[in-house]
Amino acid sequence: MIFRRILLRLLQAIPTLAGVAILVFVLVRVVPGDPVAMMIPPGADADVVARLYAQYGLDKPILTQFGLWAAAAAHGDFGMSISLRQGVTGLIFSRLPATLELVAFAATVAVVLGGALAVFGIRHAGRFGEGAVDAVTGFVLSVPDFLWGLAFIVAFGVLVPLFPISGRNDPSQALGLASDFILTESFFRLRWGVTADILAHMTMPAIALALPLGAMIARVLKSSLAEQMAQDYALLSRVKGFSRWHVIVAEALRNAAIPTVSLTGVQLTFLVGGTVLIEKIFSYPGIGSLAIDAVVNRDLPLIQGLILTFAVLFILINLLLDLSYAMLDPRLRHA
Amino acid sequence: MSGAALDITNLSVAIRRGPTLLHGVSLHVAPGEVHGLVGMSGAGKSMVGRCLLGILPARVGITGGSIRFAGQELVGLNERDRRRAGAQLALIPQDPLSALNPSRRIVSQMTDVMRLRLGLTQSEATARALAMLHEVHIRDPEGVLHRYPHELSGGMRQRVLIATAFACEPKLIVADEPTTALDVTVQKQILRLIRDLQRSHQTSLLFVTHDLGVVAKICNSVTVLNAGRVVEQAPVAEMFAAPKDPYTQALFAATPRYDQPGGVVA
Ligand SMILES: Nc1ncnc2c1ncn2[C@@H]1O[C@H](COP(=O)(O)OP(=O)(O)OP(=O)(O)O)[C@@H](O)[C@H]1O
Ligand SMILES: [Mg+2]
Repeated sequence: MIFRRILLRLLQAIPTLAGVAILVFVLVRVVPGDPVAMMIPPGADADVVARLYAQYGLDKPILTQFGLWAAAAAHGDFGMSISLRQGVTGLIFSRLPATLELVAFAATVAVVLGGALAVFGIRHAGRFGEGAVDAVTGFVLSVPDFLWGLAFIVAFGVLVPLFPISGRNDPSQALGLASDFILTESFFRLRWGVTADILAHMTMPAIALALPLGAMIARVLKSSLAEQMAQDYALLSRVKGFSRWHVIVAEALRNAAIPTVSLTGVQLTFLVGGTVLIEKIFSYPGIGSLAIDAVVNRDLPLIQGLILTFAVLFILINLLLDLSYAMLDPRLRHA
Repeated sequence: MSGAALDITNLSVAIRRGPTLLHGVSLHVAPGEVHGLVGMSGAGKSMVGRCLLGILPARVGITGGSIRFAGQELVGLNERDRRRAGAQLALIPQDPLSALNPSRRIVSQMTDVMRLRLGLTQSEATARALAMLHEVHIRDPEGVLHRYPHELSGGMRQRVLIATAFACEPKLIVADEPTTALDVTVQKQILRLIRDLQRSHQTSLLFVTHDLGVVAKICNSVTVLNAGRVVEQAPVAEMFAAPKDPYTQALFAATPRYDQPGGVVA
């Protein structure tokens, strides 16, 4: 049942990805900016230029270029990066784990922070605590993630240097890890000194990314919790003798989470998109900062590969959200 | 176990920095008695029940008066003592769909209160839940226990809630319009079920309704509320014979047809 659903969604993703691929392929060739001009000194020999165009296939008609690219891409080969002179696929796979760990950490912070604020606000419904939660979330939402990032660098990186402001880990320490999921791997290898160092590097970018999503979760969850707490089952649970905390956490939270998941899902994709600027600001070696460099260098194969990677991430996130409703709501599970 | 007396004296309730919802309401429910609480929509009937059960909405508070139940004063207790005192109280709510948590199975919603109030283990509580479902005449009680609320009919849900209300042998149950959300044929069965259980468990019942026909069928005495004030209070037979207050008379006039007082549900 559930597997059929996953399979169906994955099949639906294929035309979406094909559309994205075509759009990106055309767009990056239509906008001004020349990848070859970026890599050679001004006034270079016309022969050299022509040879470079031929090397990257840029001399062929756009339709032919797309055909060649798509045929290779179908086998997992996204070509060579023009600026870095490495295979795009390998490049993306070596940088993707850093971004995935950052996104997972940021999303966790957002869920915990937003959930705690919403529960606290509802526990103090009609009193000062609720007003305070509304004020805080309103303020947080009015500032975009990259401004939070810059503010954190000034506040906790420079003025009160609590956290490192750049990179993913302390470069003077040898990692000696097998995968690029260094946070996860160091944790499971019980090398918690390394884990702590990585977490310290991730704290500021992750919180900057998490704040808008956390505030959005707090808002939406609080209003749907309020709705649930007014339902007769919540009243009945208190008549049965359960405390307000129990009713909020054990009865209402799960039902309130269903609309919250659907309403904050879009914000989660914004968080992933936010990694582009945030990783650049914190010199964090993920696919976000790679994307900025690729655009600056007009590195067409790399831009194409990265945008498709982001598209796949968005599709997977939506699939996960979709499955999580079904897990939360028994009425959907049996439907 | 038998019912306990409830004495509400001069109870006033107001929205904080807002209007007063109940103006000095007094009513007495004798042990084992069924007391009707009638009045039009917005009169404050549910508010009386919510004061008694300790579930006033946010921003609404008791501003004066007393609620004495089973020998204990409930007004002014802190939240923990209030919850403990509530062990002898239960509620049969109006809307059986919204009164059951859509994401929890029936069994856990019936047994949580027994484990909390009676200190039963899960298997003891499940056995008791099963016995209670038999008592409310549910077919296939084992099957019902493991279903979700949306898999039951409205009448079955209300039976589940009634079984849960009686399961801990409370001394008094507040029934807040327990048949309003059901269709007419089911209404009669549910009313008779509540009446039968109230008798066999000897529970006191505060029965909120706006239907005088229901009052005639089930109540011993009745309080009429209008805009947060008690306008008439009498044994049922007396009031039905000669409603004194003009508001009560208007209520009678507005009721198309009601059965004779004291008549047991057919
Ligand atoms: N959550 C709340 N907050 C503030 N005021 C409320 C709230 N619920 C009800 N009231 C007000 O309290 C008054 C009494 O409401 P109550 O629900 O007790 O009426 P009722 O007699 O039970 O009516 P009904 O037959 O419609 O259930 C009404 O004026 C209503 O507007
Ligand atoms: Mg009511």
